[in-house]
Amino acid sequence: MSDIKLSNEEIARYSRHLIMPEVGMAGQRKLKQGSVLLIGTGGLGSPLALYLAAAGVGHIGLVDFDVVDASNLQRQIIHGTSTIGVAKTESAKRRLADLNPLVEVTTYETQITSENALDLMRPYDVIIDGTDNFPTRYLTNDAAVMLGKPNIYGSIFRFEGQATVFYPKEGGPCYRCLYPEPPPPGLVPSCAEGGVLGVLPGVIGTIQATEAIKLLTGIGDPLIGRLMLYDALAMRFRELKLRRNPTCPVCGKFPTVTDLIDYDHFCGIVPELNTLGSQYEITPRELAALLQTDARPYLLDVRNPNEVAISSIPGTDKVIPVDQLAERLNELDTSLEMVVYCRSGVRSGRAVDLLKSAGFRKLKNMVGGILRWADDVDTSMAKY
Amino acid sequence: MATITIPTALRQYAAGYSSVSLEAETVGSLLRGLVEQHPTLGKHLYSEQGKLRSFVNVYVGDEDIRYLEGEATPVTNGDTVSIIPAIAGGRK
Repeated sequence: MSDIKLSNEEIARYSRHLIMPEVGMAGQRKLKQGSVLLIGTGGLGSPLALYLAAAGVGHIGLVDFDVVDASNLQRQIIHGTSTIGVAKTESAKRRLADLNPLVEVTTYETQITSENALDLMRPYDVIIDGTDNFPTRYLTNDAAVMLGKPNIYGSIFRFEGQATVFYPKEGGPCYRCLYPEPPPPGLVPSCAEGGVLGVLPGVIGTIQATEAIKLLTGIGDPLIGRLMLYDALAMRFRELKLRRNPTCPVCGKFPTVTDLIDYDHFCGIVPELNTLGSQYEITPRELAALLQTDARPYLLDVRNPNEVAISSIPGTDKVIPVDQLAERLNELDTSLEMVVYCRSGVRSGRAVDLLKSAGFRKLKNMVGGILRWADDVDTSMAKY
Repeated sequence: MATITIPTALRQYAAGYSSVSLEAETVGSLLRGLVEQHPTLGKHLYSEQGKLRSFVNVYVGDEDIRYLEGEATPVTNGDTVSIIPAIAGGRK
């Protein structure tokens, strides 16, 4: 450790750390020697990467396979208008190079998988989970447990966030101790469906960054065995106890999961979401043509009212949010030819499944949803 | 009376309420009272076999009922019972 020296340039840059006894020269050298892998460079990853680079963490790895989209900029503050369309890893790297050229940034423009997770994580001291789906969260957890590394967890939904540090090697629980099994697909809405307050990942990501800095420097009480809950609307923080499950399949005494598994399968995700069969599908172009004829179908929108307020297909006959569909079947007529749509075609696919099992037969899901309608039929329509 | 806090993700199935106060002796009867008021919450909290779902955790105060007496955990006047479901958002 003592062979790591701070240059005069670094001493000037980090002086507000150095004059605090809790960090000081020793702590700053630990940060410089430390390394952090960020899984996801989006809502949580943005403040994480910015603060960790600013703080002088020596090596930061960024894993993401997405490109920057205009709809990201409401919360993903590491990216900017000038990097729309650029890979998120590259966009983030450019911003970090400007913020602090003294830290090393390695980018991995790839999806983390069971095949590459251990190799990606191995060189890093701390793993940070800033992902957006259950399969990747379980994968990140299991790989971090297997490598004995701390996994700083954060998750957000609408106005609410959770954060904790999973670190079984230091006696704490892991994600599977908290949630042994994932929810079945469709039961818990994603941020893409449910929305998120833009500043929320700023709060949760900054908590994660704080914990990373504490772990690397060895100061303070880490958020191990405690789940921090944040409610932005009530502006309230709460803390719950997290316990290690002695029978946990990954970090328990007798683990049954000792290799990385197929996490999509574990989370109940079928490889091809499109299980409906093509006779239950219609493209936006086909629908547009059909709407001009006398054989015009009944048009059902299964999005939420606040989405309908943004844009909708002219001539829509009915709006029933997919979550209310099961209770409101009596409002629909099985004898009518019906086309169901939503934003991207996923929820309407679920709706068609549900309607099929309720006895409806003259059904079609509009594939690609409003987004594809805006691309293929009405380019003046707003996409969201 | 004990108060159940309802997380954002489930509020749409509970007429938008963020918390509900009910008379109950145990966590189990409290949750069933909640589901009686808001039946659509049922499938989000309980499996088809009637067991609490494993991605939904329930706390009395700051303690997980799995480490107390499960659904038989007693609740007393003024207790806060929290439903904490798994949420996954963060990158997108």
